[in-house]
This record gives sequence, structure tokens and C-alpha cells, in this order.
Amino acid sequence: MNQVLAILIDGIIYASWLFIIAVGLTLIYGVMKILNVAHGSLYALGAYAATAFGGWWLVHGYPPLGSYGMLLLAAIVVGLVAGPLIERGLLRLVYGKEEVVLVLVTYAVFLILEDLTKLAFGVDPLSIPEPYGLLGSIEFGDLIYPTYSLMVVLVSIVAGVGLALALNRTRQGKILQAVIHDREMAAAAGINVSRVYLVTFTIGTAFAALGGALTAPTISVQPGIAAEVIVLAFAVVVIGGLGSLGGAALGAAIVGIVRAWAVHKWPEVELFSVYAVMAAVLIMRPKGLFAVPEARKI
Amino acid sequence: MTPPHRGALRQGARAHWLRERTPQILIATLVVLLVAGPFLPKWAMFMLNVSLSWGTVVLGMMLLMRTGLVSFGQGLYYCLGAYAAGVLYAKLGVADIAVMLLASVAVSGAVAGVLGLLLAKYRDIFFAMLSLAFSMILFGLLVKTSELGSTDGFGLSVASLAGIPLTAGWARYAVFATAVCVAFCSALGMQRYLSSHTGRLAGAIRDNELRVEYMGASVRRVIHVNYVISASLAGLGGGLVGITIGHVDPEMAFWTTSGEFVFIAILSGTGSVLAPFLGAIVFETVRSFAYEYSPNTWQLVLGITMLLVILFLPGGLWSVFTRWRKAA
Repeated sequence: MNQVLAILIDGIIYASWLFIIAVGLTLIYGVMKILNVAHGSLYALGAYAATAFGGWWLVHGYPPLGSYGMLLLAAIVVGLVAGPLIERGLLRLVYGKEEVVLVLVTYAVFLILEDLTKLAFGVDPLSIPEPYGLLGSIEFGDLIYPTYSLMVVLVSIVAGVGLALALNRTRQGKILQAVIHDREMAAAAGINVSRVYLVTFTIGTAFAALGGALTAPTISVQPGIAAEVIVLAFAVVVIGGLGSLGGAALGAAIVGIVRAWAVHKWPEVELFSVYAVMAAVLIMRPKGLFAVPEARKI
Repeated sequence: MTPPHRGALRQGARAHWLRERTPQILIATLVVLLVAGPFLPKWAMFMLNVSLSWGTVVLGMMLLMRTGLVSFGQGLYYCLGAYAAGVLYAKLGVADIAVMLLASVAVSGAVAGVLGLLLAKYRDIFFAMLSLAFSMILFGLLVKTSELGSTDGFGLSVASLAGIPLTAGWARYAVFATAVCVAFCSALGMQRYLSSHTGRLAGAIRDNELRVEYMGASVRRVIHVNYVISASLAGLGGGLVGITIGHVDPEMAFWTTSGEFVFIAILSGTGSVLAPFLGAIVFETVRSFAYEYSPNTWQLVLGITMLLVILFLPGGLWSVFTRWRKAA
């Protein structure tokens, strides 16, 4: 019984983390039809920025609780700087090309960002463990969880609900949906599609960076984290159906629980299980669980 | 045999001339490499050896791209080929180059035969994603298999070539010569296949597969066949690399390895069976020197090159040769 509870809680924590990252990926795909390989690098950039910002804050002896603000600030800064830079500087030039070509373009951005990160932050592992331990821990029976992990769950829920409300209840959200549904008709109706793309990409980037910034206190931040995280994020959005918000949530939940189950019950298949689920879903529902069928065009 | 006057050549004519002469160019290169091999410095021989093996993998990638498919999981077969050769050596004590490579092709071809049944239905990013998932499954399995060295992989070496025992001094050259011959045969075979009935359908499928179906051809069958061919070539290249380096590890199935193959394929272009080898040699040279002198910026160089190629040279490096001469 205890193990079931442990699997469930571990799974939810892992799923929340995945959701924050995947939601940005799926948002960008939904609006712009770009499967952004560089999303992993933006996650890494967020993590690095968090160590830099948080480190600066703590070194100067400001109240440690403020380091949470610094994590958030790191994500926002990365989003506001890197997002528009990549969208305006590069992606704008390649809109309208085939989806696969766009994947390759973002793969090139991934390669470039890998090295830019190394040049900016060095190749040695960085860490900022303070925010992780600051809040103490919470007990569920005889299971003990760091409060920080539960905070990540909370952030993830707020992000998901907030995005869903923004998409369905606000004017800007409706505009976004119009662009998702039919870009040309939206443009014809007077919507500034170029601006919608810019805003979407910036928000998506900020979510990637937020995922990275929130993870930074729990891991050692080093080269290679981008490549690991992006395939996981792909697995999540592909399982749920590319471009679907609910799909990203469901995908994250499935991957989270499956991985937690594997870690507890059968550690040898931990990594394997995630991709096995991804392949199985793709085989049974080629476009993911939540995808809308498309008409075949000649 | 003399090339027509350059100014008189139009783009198509020059491409045609190159295509017609490909077998001769290949044979000439084969002879030069085999003769020059023993005199090459060790590092050059090693680099050429690896480049030719990678070129073989990318040759298969090129076939898929001609069909309009980009695989982000070619590392699956690359890794399978390498592990097939490695397991033969480490578990069964077989150290014959020819037998090891046959195993590489057989294993990767067989797996592709099964997976191809599924993948032949997929297009675009869904093809890319499912192939990625399959390669990551292998990666996930291998990193947890302690019998095969987990994340470290394991070593292998060779003792004979098709039954002929190799003395220590010649083993390296034998592997090199094998790589040269494999690359030669694959390129020549691919050239013939591309001009065959099935081979010619690849481009038609990329342009409009529905029309190909209307003409009475089976798109799925062609894609399946091309997929198995490209996987076999990837397995062959993987086996060669394993034998050349003397080590295999799960990283060969990680998606970044597949990404590098995609990179070389984009860099080379799909214009000729020679292009993948040219691209692989350029890639391997740049990588070796960049690793040596500036290990933290070589991906930066790769990324920028890739963007430039996609934006300004969609036909890849090869298209430089066949381009209509500018007023220069």
C-alpha cells in the first residue's frame, strides 16, 4: 500500500516537472507547427540562469527566501531575451517550410545553444542547492517528501490551469485559438499573426526556462542536460498529441507514473519504459491520444 | 571521356555527366585508396576509415530522404550493427571481420524488416518521432544491461578477414581496406538501385505519394524496402565503426548520434551517391580538428553550417558541383 502511494506521489512530482517543460513545447507546436528541438537548450539555459541569478542573490546575503523569486526571474529573463531573439532572428526566415525542415532548423539552434551555454557558463557542473532544502519536508505516513517538490507540483498546476483559462476565457486566448485553427483566415480577419507567433514563442521559451530554473536546485547543472530532457519532452507531447494542452498533461501524467513505477518495481527498465510507452502510443494512435484527425489533401 | 567544355554545360547536363561517370570515379577512388592505404599516416587512415563507415550510414539516410522521410533514429541500426559485431567477439569468440559485418547487416536488416512494417505508415515528424522512440528504447535497454557493459559498453578486436589470419601490423590496414570496399560496393549498389524501377519511385513518393498510388505502385512497399536498405547500411556502418574503434557503447543509439547522421545528410545533399562520403569526410575532418583545438565551439560551427546550408544551399554541398556556372 505504502509503495503504491510512493509510486503515485513520485509519479505526480515527476509528471509536474515534465508538464512545465512539455507545455511550452506543445504550445509552440500548436500555434507555429514547429517541433522545437532547441526547447531542451532553453531548459538548460533556464537552469544555468537560475544558478547565476540565485547564486548572486545568496552570495550578497539577501534573505534566502528571495532566491525563489530569483529562480522565477531567471526563467522570465531567458524567455524575454532568447525567445524573441530566436523567433525574430531566425524562425521568421523559415516559416512556410516543411515541418521536417523546421525540426532540422531548430536542431541547428540546439547545437548552437549547446556551445553558447558552455562558453557562457563553462563546462564544470554548477549547483544551487539552497532553495531545495529551505522549506523543509512534509510527511505522508512514513514517507517523507521535500516541500520544494510539492511546490513544483503547485507551480505546474497553476501553470496548467492558468494557461487553460487564458486560452479559453480571454480575448488574446481566443485570438490564439483562431490562429491555431486557421492561420490564413485569422490573418484575413485582421489578426497580427506575426505578433501572435512572437508572443507564443516567448511564452513557450519562458516555460522551458521555468522548468530548468525549478530543476536547477535539485540537480547539478552541466552540459548534456538539454539532450536528455528534450527526448523526454518529445515523449510526453507525442503521447498526448502534439499541440494539445490536455494532451501534454495526460502525457506527463502517464510518463511520470510509468517512470515512478519502473523506479520502484523494476529499476532496469526505467528509461526503456518511457520510450516503450511512447512507441506503443504512436503505434496505436499515430497522432497521439488527444489529436484531432486531419483530412487527407491531394 | 574528356568532360565537355565547362561553359557549355547546363546544370542538368553537368549533373548528368557526373552521374554517368560515377562508377568510373568510384573505381578510381577505390584503387587510389587501396594502394595509398599502407603509406597513409595512422591518423589519416583512421579518419578516412571512420568517414567511409559514416558515409555508408548516411548513404542509407540519403535514400530515406529521397523518399521524403527524415529519421531521427538511424542510431538504432548503427548501434545494433556495432553490438552485433561486438557480441560475436565478446560472447562467441568470433573475430573475423567478414563474419562480424555479415552479422551486423543481418541483425539490423531483420529488425528493420519488422519495424518497417509499422514505420512505413508514418510520415513527416511522426516518422521522425517513432524512429526516435525505437532508438531510445534500445538505448534504454543497453544502459541497464550489465552483461554488455551498461553505459561503458565493451571492447572488441579482430583476428582474421574471411578466414585469412591477420598479423598485428596488417590488421589496421585490413579493416581500412574492408571499409573502402564496403563503401565502394554500397555506393555502386545504391547507384544501380536508384536507377531501378523501385529506386526511381522514391522521388515520386516524396513529391506526391497519392499519385504514385493512383499509378498502381505500392507506396508502403517501396518505403518498407527503402527503410530496410537504409537500416542495413546503417548496421554495416555501425559494425565497421565498432571494429575500427575497437569499442562499442550505448551512446551509439542515443538520439544525438542519429542527429549527427541527419546533419551529414543535410550537409551532403541527396544529389549523388558520392555526396554522403564527401560529406562524411568533411564532417569527420572538421570534427577531429575542432575537437583538438576548440572542443567547446565545434557544435556551434556545426549548427551555423547547418543553418547556412538549409537557408542558402538546400541541395547540400553536392549541389555546388552541379550548379549552373555563375558569371564569376
